[in-house]
Amino acid sequence: MSLILVITAVVTLLAAVAAMSLRNLVHSALTLAVSFSGVAAIYLQLNAEFAGFTEILVYVGAIAILIVMAILLTRSGETPEKSVLTSGWLAGIAVTALVFTILGWAVLSSSALPAAPAVPPHVTVKDIGMQLMTQYVLPLEIIGLVLTVAMIGAVVIACKEEAPARILPVVAKTTEPQPAPGNPAAPIPAAAGAFKKAGAA
Amino acid sequence: MNPLQFCLLVSALLFSIGFAGAVTRRHAILVLVGIELMLNAGNLNLIAFWRFGPHPEALTGFIFVLFSMALAAAEAAVGLALVIAIYRHKKTSNLDEVKELKG
Repeated sequence: MSLILVITAVVTLLAAVAAMSLRNLVHSALTLAVSFSGVAAIYLQLNAEFAGFTEILVYVGAIAILIVMAILLTRSGETPEKSVLTSGWLAGIAVTALVFTILGWAVLSSSALPAAPAVPPHVTVKDIGMQLMTQYVLPLEIIGLVLTVAMIGAVVIACKEEAPARILPVVAKTTEPQPAPGNPAAPIPAAAGAFKKAGAA
Repeated sequence: MNPLQFCLLVSALLFSIGFAGAVTRRHAILVLVGIELMLNAGNLNLIAFWRFGPHPEALTGFIFVLFSMALAAAEAAVGLALVIAIYRHKKTSNLDEVKELKG
């Protein structure tokens, strides 16, 4: 266990504590990126180079930026004046302490942990690609499907809803005095256009 | 303390920090941040067991981490989309005010 590993772990944990306890959400997102970088550095020291670089690409590059975008879109970038904790935070802290006590006790007292092998594993990207394309090709396809579904789902959930049924009858009522003769469906698109113009103005 | 135990302890601490944030913070985005930290702790566990396990050349833990990262990315995208949708409907992302489903 090298000194560098200890320092990296301490930085990672301090950044995680800061991300969870700072009041300003933008500061939280930035310290979260530091924490993810620390986890990537730990991966690099555990001879998992590919996982480390993937961590940087996915977490620091994509998820941290996504969180910053969500903070900006929900206008929660200012520091809140009120309390940032939920009403039942004491119970949460108690459950957390219990969880950590059990985990730490299990790690420190377990006799089933294997001793470290003398030679560190040497894994090239070619090995990983071979495994992904032979033994794990079905999980790879499924994960691609999951990512596609998640992307479409996220777009569908977050995209602006049109809500024509709720708004249009109100607008159509105001334009009732001049109905289009012979075509009962005509007033609604016209009203929609008028509403869009009024909204833009 | 051998290196495997050290990594597992770091991972347990990271999990506890993420869990504490997820259950005590009021803002919906920070709950997602806590869940991301917990997923990272799980990944760190897998990498540590892969590195110090008896058969690292089989790459099982390593490949599992790659899949878990892809799932974490999908989860973050859908979760943040939900937060944005809730903000658009209710004009708040404070979890104490979103309680329509409370029994």
